[in-house]
Parts: sequence; C-alpha cells; structure tokens
Amino acid sequence: MGMTMTEKILARAAGKDSVAPGDLIMAQLDLCLGNDVTTGVAIDEFEKAGFTEVFDPKKIALIPDHFTPNKDIKSAGLVKQMRQFVRDHGIVHYYDVGRVGVEHAFLPEQGLVGPGDVVLGADSHTCTYGALGAFSTGVGSTDLAGAMATGVAWFRVPETHLFSFEGALNPYVTGKDLVLFTIGQIGVDGALYKAMEFAGSAIRDLSMDARMTICNMAIEAGGKSGIIAPDEVTKKYIEGRYKGTPRYYTSDPDCWYEKEYHWNAADVPLMVAKPHLPSNTQAAAELNGIGIDQVVIGSCTNGRIEDLRQAAEVLKGRKVHKDVRCIVIPATQAIWQQANDEGLFDIFIAAEAAVSAPTCGPCLGGHMGVLAAGERAVATTNRNFVGRMGDTSSEVYLAGPYVAAASAVAGHIATPEQIGHGAAPSPLPEGREP
Amino acid sequence: MSDVLKGKAWTFGRDIDTDLIIPARYLNMKTAEELGAYCMYDADPEFSKKVNPGDIVVAKENFGCGSSREHAPIALKGAGVSVVIAKSFARIFYRNAFNTGLPILVAPDAVDAIKEGDELEVDLASGEIKDVTTGVTYKAEPLPPFMRELVEAGGLLPYLKKRGAAK
Repeated sequence: MGMTMTEKILARAAGKDSVAPGDLIMAQLDLCLGNDVTTGVAIDEFEKAGFTEVFDPKKIALIPDHFTPNKDIKSAGLVKQMRQFVRDHGIVHYYDVGRVGVEHAFLPEQGLVGPGDVVLGADSHTCTYGALGAFSTGVGSTDLAGAMATGVAWFRVPETHLFSFEGALNPYVTGKDLVLFTIGQIGVDGALYKAMEFAGSAIRDLSMDARMTICNMAIEAGGKSGIIAPDEVTKKYIEGRYKGTPRYYTSDPDCWYEKEYHWNAADVPLMVAKPHLPSNTQAAAELNGIGIDQVVIGSCTNGRIEDLRQAAEVLKGRKVHKDVRCIVIPATQAIWQQANDEGLFDIFIAAEAAVSAPTCGPCLGGHMGVLAAGERAVATTNRNFVGRMGDTSSEVYLAGPYVAAASAVAGHIATPEQIGHGAAPSPLPEGREP
Repeated sequence: MSDVLKGKAWTFGRDIDTDLIIPARYLNMKTAEELGAYCMYDADPEFSKKVNPGDIVVAKENFGCGSSREHAPIALKGAGVSVVIAKSFARIFYRNAFNTGLPILVAPDAVDAIKEGDELEVDLASGEIKDVTTGVTYKAEPLPPFMRELVEAGGLLPYLKKRGAAK
C-alpha cells in the first residue's frame, strides 16, 4: 500500500523507508518554534532538566508576538528572559518588535519553513505550515524544551483524513469559509489526533495565503496537522524565499485514508462560527442583523496581504459604522509595508478603522482590542471560546475578511452583498495557469 | 505512582478548552502557584478557592482543546487537582499533561456515572477508579506502552536525556 504525504515526511524524518499510522517514531526536526507565552516555561524546563546547549542555534525560531509590543510588566519580563536565552545560546532566528510578525505568517514569509519540513512549535497553530507541504504540529513548552536540546521529538504517526472540495467557489468565499465549513461538519474533535489533508480543484485554485488560513485551523477540529499537496502555487511562493532545499511529497494514489469527505465547493456559503465553538457554524447571510461592537481583521489565520486586500475592497469608499471599532492588524512588518505601498491604509484610515503594529493582541484577549462585558465582535481570528477576547460575557463571531469588513460597515453581521457590494472577482493565484 | 489519590469530583462537560482552564490574560505568569489561583476562572471564578488538594476533575470529551499552553495542566496542578478523568483529551493537552506530571485517565464509563461531589479513590497503577459515594468501581483505559515508558523515565526530558546518553 502507498503512503500519504504526511506518512512520507514522517518516514523521512525518522530515517525509515516507510511508516504506518499508529507507529511511534522519533523524528529529526527541521525547525522548532516558541513564542513569548510558551518559551519562558520551555527555558525553565530546559534549565531545570540540566541541559546546557541547544542542538542547533540555526534551527530554533523564537518569536515574541503574543503580548508584544509588551502589554505589561510581566509580559515584558517573559520576553526579556527569552532575549537572554537567545544571547546565551546564539539563537539565530530571534526577531524583536520592529522586525517580528505573528509567527505563523512570519516564518513562511521569511522562508524559514518549507515543503517536506518537520516543524514542531510551542503554539497550537503551528499546523499552518502544512499549506507548504510540510508536517508541522503544535506542542507545549516541555516538548519545545526537549526539541531545543535534542532536535528530535516523538510522534505517533497519525491516520490521515481527506477533505476534498471540487469545483468553483461562490463569490467572496475564501479559505476561511472552507475551513469553518469543514469544522462545522465534523466538530471540534472531528479530526482528533489526525492529519487533515485538504485536496480538490477548489483547494488547488487557492492562493498560498488562503491555504495557510485553512491549515492554520486544523487544530480547531482537533487535528494534529493540516496539509496540502505542494504544487506550482507552492513553488512560486517559496521561490527566492525558502532558505532550505524543498522536498516535495504527495500522497500515493493507493494510500490509505481513514476517512474521506468529498464536498462541492459551490455548496459552501460565506461562513460564520457563532459563540462559543469554531464548530458552531452558520451561513453568514442568515445571521444578518446581529449587532456588533468591534471588528478585528488580523491574526495568524487572516492577517496576510490577501486578507487585508479583501477587507480594503469592501471598506473602500465606505465608513465603519459609528457604533463599531474596527481594528486592522497586519501580521508582519513586510505585510504592513506592502499594505502601505498598495494604499490599503489610506482606505482603512478613510473608513475610520485603526491600524495596529503586528501582534496576536486581541485574538487571545491580550491587548489592542479587549472586549467588555456583553460586547460582541466579528473577528477573522481562530477561536471564539468563552472569554477568548475579553470578558466571559463577551462574544466572538469568527469570519473571513470579506464578512468582517462588511459587518464593520453595517454595524451588524453582514455579507458584502448585503451592504450593496458587487460581485467579487475570483483571480487565479500566482503560479497557477487557467 | 502506586499511591491512591483521594478527592472530591468536580464535573465538567465536553470541549473544556484551555482558555477556560487558564484564561490567556493570565499567561504573563508561569508558576503553579500563580496560575493555580486562576484555574478554571472563566468557568467558575471561585473554583480555585473551592477545590481542595487532591480533588479530581471529571470531564466529557475533548478536554483541553484549543491552545498549546502548558499553563493549563500547570494551573490544574497548582489549584491542587490530583488527576483529570475524561472521555477523551485534546492532543496537545494530552502531551502536556504527561510532560508536567499531571495524571490523566481516559474512562468513559466512569465519566458517565460520576456525579459532582462524589468522593473518589483513584489507583494510578491499576487504573481503578472507585466512586466511594456509590460504591462502584471503574477501570480506566491502560496507558499506551510508550507513555508508560515516558512516565517510568520520569518524564519527557529525562527520557530524552537518557536516550541521548545511550547513543
């Protein structure tokens, strides 16, 4: 029997010819990652265990993005500890405020992750890099400590579930809608411990930004990883960017999928996940009229340039509703620069939206837009758990940038069409021929 | 590991996420003492005051879903929770529990039957869960062999250290 691409990558990293689901392996890591929330605990564990050296200072990325620019004294202390560890061990990939971005937008952009890599990150959304054809998964701080010390990690080879979308997408439907649809169908533990492989012509037609949005949220279905077969879009994206040597793996025609889901892309409407689970989904159009106080456009899920372009397309020539605060957070410095160069900030400012420095910020209720009791937000982020963005009685509705921007204008949940915005163009991504 | 853990059951539903176990606004801290004070804060702000050392969390499916924060098992330990019994655990929480030394057991039958406030006795070595209040005993699913190996090595980092030295 053939192997899935996830099995092939893990076999390579374990130094084996083949692996099967259920096998326990020790895998060599191409990169391990920590952020300002998780690295402090990892450093403490690293030192407590008596480790004195990291396995490779070039294969560790420490990215302070969650509570930065430091939101309070304790957070500042966590980054200070991280910075000291970086100096002590000569860690190459450390980036501070002014250079840094939200980790899962930043690492692919900087070419620090690429096709065929095995990446371990002390952040649950590390699964994002599957969009490049990598195996990447989230762990906790002690796992990161072990990885920084030894360069290996143990994995149980996951069963793969296939999620296929065929056909053309409806207007304004993006990666966010596809992944919210998927989670709505299978539930927040519908792919528990599984590798989620996304395929089909609708996925192949997506840009890299949209693919990252999809793989980013694999964890919200309980997935260990998300992955998309590398193709011309992948090659184009990593060209002149990826610092390693790409290893392209695709699933064999006779590989084994534990489960297969086949959907028509045309059946996916603009989606919203209502409080308080990402699986609590409904068509955005049906929620029209639910009043909101805030809109957040950003995060590792939807803070990339394409997301900002989509928001700007809707906000252009319009104003954010007088009762709504709209906060736009480009995920990295490069995205910030690009958005500025393209004139997107002129549109946001004219629309009376605020533009922030890169940070995870409000996504996890850290800073830059925390909600008061009873307040409601539409956010392009990834979680809508109780208290996620602020007070326990506040509510987060998850959506893509088009719905978020349209809702900001309307003052309530709305689709672009519902605020009178015309039909969307659907250009093919760079690198893909018609 | 042969000790019998005794405590009162605190029951929770399914999909108890890490933001409920320890809200992100407290992630600027990292010790068990600090985090324990806010354990389950957004589910019940009084939880850490009401829970007694040794008490046991009993939850339905997908306990610990959401973020990778190791602060979640650290907070549970800091609050005095001795073991979590659930129908299933989210993947990262499962790893983190072993890595921080928070015992966890998968025991669907026990979870269905145990009521809030029941007095429990849990034998980690045998996986036996006795509901002293009702007199019924349940058996947790045995640990996968590799997880047992990790526990016997004293945790992930001692295991990796030993493995490195053996090479």
